[in-house]
Amino acid sequence: MLSIKNLHAGIEGNEILKGINLDVKAGEIHAIMGPNGSGKSTLASVLAGRPEYEVTEGSVTFLGKDLLELSPEKRAGEGLFLGFQYPVEIAGLSTINFIKTAVNEVRKYRGEEPLDSVSFLKMMKEKMALMNMDKALLNRALNEGFSGGEKKRNEVFQMAMLEPKLSILDETDSGLDIDAIRIVANGVNKIKKEDHAVLVVTHYQRLLDFIVPDFVHVLYKGRIVKSGGKELALELEERGYDFIKNEYEVEATA
Amino acid sequence: MSTIEQLNEKMESLQQMEDGSSLKTLRHEAFSEFRKNGVPTTRHEEWKYTRLGGIMNKDYNFSLDRHSISKEDFDAYRLPGYEEANELVFINGFYSGEMSKIISEELVVMPLERAAAGEYENIITTYLGHSRNYLVDGINAMNTALMHDGVFVFCKKNADTKHPVYIYNIQDARSSNVFSQPRSLIYVSQNAKMQIVETYITIGQSESFTNQVMEVVTMQDARIEYYKIQKDHVQTNAVSTTHIIQQERGFAHAVTISMDGGIVRNNLNFIMCADHGESHMYGLYFLQCNTHADNHTIVDNIRPNCLSNQLYKGILSGHSTGVFNGKIFVRQAAQKTNAYQSNKNILMSDTATVNAKPQLEIFADDVKCSHGCTVGHLDDEGLFYLQSRGIPETKARALLIHAFAMDILEQIYLDPIRKYIDQEISERLENE
Ligand SMILES: Nc1ncnc2c1ncn2[C@@H]1O[C@H](COP(=O)(O)OP(=O)(O)OP(=O)(O)O)[C@@H](O)[C@H]1O
Ligand SMILES: [Mg+2]
Repeated sequence: MLSIKNLHAGIEGNEILKGINLDVKAGEIHAIMGPNGSGKSTLASVLAGRPEYEVTEGSVTFLGKDLLELSPEKRAGEGLFLGFQYPVEIAGLSTINFIKTAVNEVRKYRGEEPLDSVSFLKMMKEKMALMNMDKALLNRALNEGFSGGEKKRNEVFQMAMLEPKLSILDETDSGLDIDAIRIVANGVNKIKKEDHAVLVVTHYQRLLDFIVPDFVHVLYKGRIVKSGGKELALELEERGYDFIKNEYEVEATA
Repeated sequence: MSTIEQLNEKMESLQQMEDGSSLKTLRHEAFSEFRKNGVPTTRHEEWKYTRLGGIMNKDYNFSLDRHSISKEDFDAYRLPGYEEANELVFINGFYSGEMSKIISEELVVMPLERAAAGEYENIITTYLGHSRNYLVDGINAMNTALMHDGVFVFCKKNADTKHPVYIYNIQDARSSNVFSQPRSLIYVSQNAKMQIVETYITIGQSESFTNQVMEVVTMQDARIEYYKIQKDHVQTNAVSTTHIIQQERGFAHAVTISMDGGIVRNNLNFIMCADHGESHMYGLYFLQCNTHADNHTIVDNIRPNCLSNQLYKGILSGHSTGVFNGKIFVRQAAQKTNAYQSNKNILMSDTATVNAKPQLEIFADDVKCSHGCTVGHLDDEGLFYLQSRGIPETKARALLIHAFAMDILEQIYLDPIRKYIDQEISERLENE
C-alpha cells in the first residue's frame, strides 16, 4: 500500500530524514518509535504533504500513485490520513462545519455524491459514539480551547469520519488519560479493516497494548535503525534507546 | 463653477433660510468654520491617509432632490428583514417622509427643522452639532452648514423597540455625479432600546459622494445597537460620521462592515459623558480592487467607570487600503476606565496596504487600557490542517478567511442582517 524508498527530506536546507525505507501492506499496523527529535513527525508531515518540507531524494508510492506529486488534499482524497501531534486551533470555524466540508470534499474526490444532512448526522452520531465524543465539542470552534485529550479524540473522530486507507497517528496517545487511550485504540481497531493500514508514532508501550503492531521501527537521526516485531517495543520500554544508539554509532563509525 | 464654489454659494443661500432658530445658528457657525478650515487635505493629522482632493475636484449635479428616486427603484435595494423594520429613506441627502415607513409607535420621526421649532427644541439645541467638538475639519462643518431636510428620531422612554430602524442613504447617479449630505439626530430616551441599521446605495454608474453625519444620544440606561453596512459600488465615495453621546449607564454596540466602495471614511465617536457607560465597537473591512476604507474611532472617557471595547478586523486583497486609527481619551476624572482596542489584519496580496495607529491619551491614573495591532498573512498551519483533511486549497483559504471574520459577524445580533452579510462574504470568497 505504501512504499517509501530512500526518502531524504528537510527544511530550509537542513536534512532531517536521511534515507527512509519502509513498506506498509494493507491490513498491517506499524509502530514508529524513536527518541525526541529523531524525525518521526517530519516523516508523518512529509507523507501528508506539508509544504515547508522539501524532499531531496527518494520516492513514495501510495496505492500505486506517486504520493509526492499530490497536493495534501489529494493525498487525503486518495485515503491518507494524518492525526496531528499538535492539532491546529481555528477560531471561527465550527468543528461540525469543518468535518462536513472535509467529508464531502473527500467524497467528491472519490467520485461519490455529497452526503445529505440526514445521512451525515447519522454517520456522525455513530462515529461519535465510537469515540465517546462529547457532542458539545462539535458546535465549538475547531480545537479552540479543547483540552489536550479532546483534541486527540477529535483527530481520531475525524479519521473515523473520513474512512482513510492509511492512518498515520502522530503521538495520538500523548495527552490522553488511560480511559481515553483505550477509547482511541478501540476506535482505531474498529475502523481497521482488511484494506486499512495504520502507522502509529508513539513513545509508549501503553498504546501498543491496545493497538497491537505487526512491526515496530526505531527512527534515529533520520533513519530507521532497527525494525522488529511487537517485542521490540517491549524491549525499548525496558532498556531505553541507549543500546540502539550505541549500536548505531558503532555501525556508523565502522 | 467649481464644486467648492457651488458649495459655498449653497451655504450662503441657506444662511437666509428661516427655520428652527437653533438650526440657523448652527449653520451659520459651521459656515464660518468651513471657511476657516476648508476641506481637509492629507496634511491634516486626521486625514493623513485619506485624500478627498480628487473627490472635491469632480463636477456634481447639485439640483437633484428627494424626488428623483421612485418607490420601485428603491424596492430593489431594501435590506433583508425590511418587512419587520422601520425604514427611513434619504434621497440625494434629503429625508423623504413619503418613502419612509414607521411601524413602531415607540418612535417619533420628523424633519429636523420641525423638531427644532417645536417640543424637541431643547434636545436639538443640546445635541445637534455635538460632533463638531471632536471633528474639527471643514468636512463635518460642511454637512452642518448645508443642513437641510435632515431627520430627527425620538425613541420614547422605556421603549423596547421590537422593530429595527433601517436607514437608507440613496444617491441617484443615473445621469450625473451626485453629492449628498444626509443628516440625522437620534435620541434614545431613558431606558429605551433600539436597533439601527444604516446603508448606502448609489443607483446608476456615475459617481457619488456622500458626506453624512448622524448624531445619537443614549440617555440613562438606554441601549442601542448600530450596524453600518457599506457595500456600494466602486464609483462611490463617502465620509460617514456616527457620533454617539452616552449618558449614565448608556449602552452602545456598533458594528461597521465595509465591503465595497471607492474611498470610504468612517468616523465613529463614543462620547462617554456620564458614569458607567458601556460601548462596544466592532468593524470588518473586507476589501478588494482599489477600495480604500478608513476607520477613525474616538472614545472619550469623561466620567469614571466606563467600559469600551473595540475590535476591528481587516481582510485586504487587490490594491485595497485599510486604515484604522483608534483614539482613546481618558480624562482626569475618568478613574476606573476600562478601554480596550484591537486591530487585526490579513493581507491577501502584496499590493494591499494597511495603516494602523492607536492613540491613547490618558490623564487618569486608575485605568485599564490596552491596544494591539497585527498585520499578517493567512495562517499556514491552519491551511495545511484543512488541506490534510481533503479540503482543496482555495476552499480552505475561504474557510479560514470566513473564520477570521466570524467574531465580527457574530456581533451582528439582528439575524437577517447577519445572515445577509455572512452570505455576501461567502459569495465573495467563492468568486475569488
Ligand atoms: N520547521 C522546522 N525548522 C527547523 N527544524 C525543524 C523543523 N521541523 C523539525 N525540525 C527539526 O527536525 C528534527 C526532527 O523533528 P521531528 O518533529 O520530526 O521529531 P520527532 O521525532 O517527531 O520528535 P518528538 O518525539 O519530540 O515529537 C528536530 O531536530 C527538529 O528540531
Ligand atoms: Mg513528533
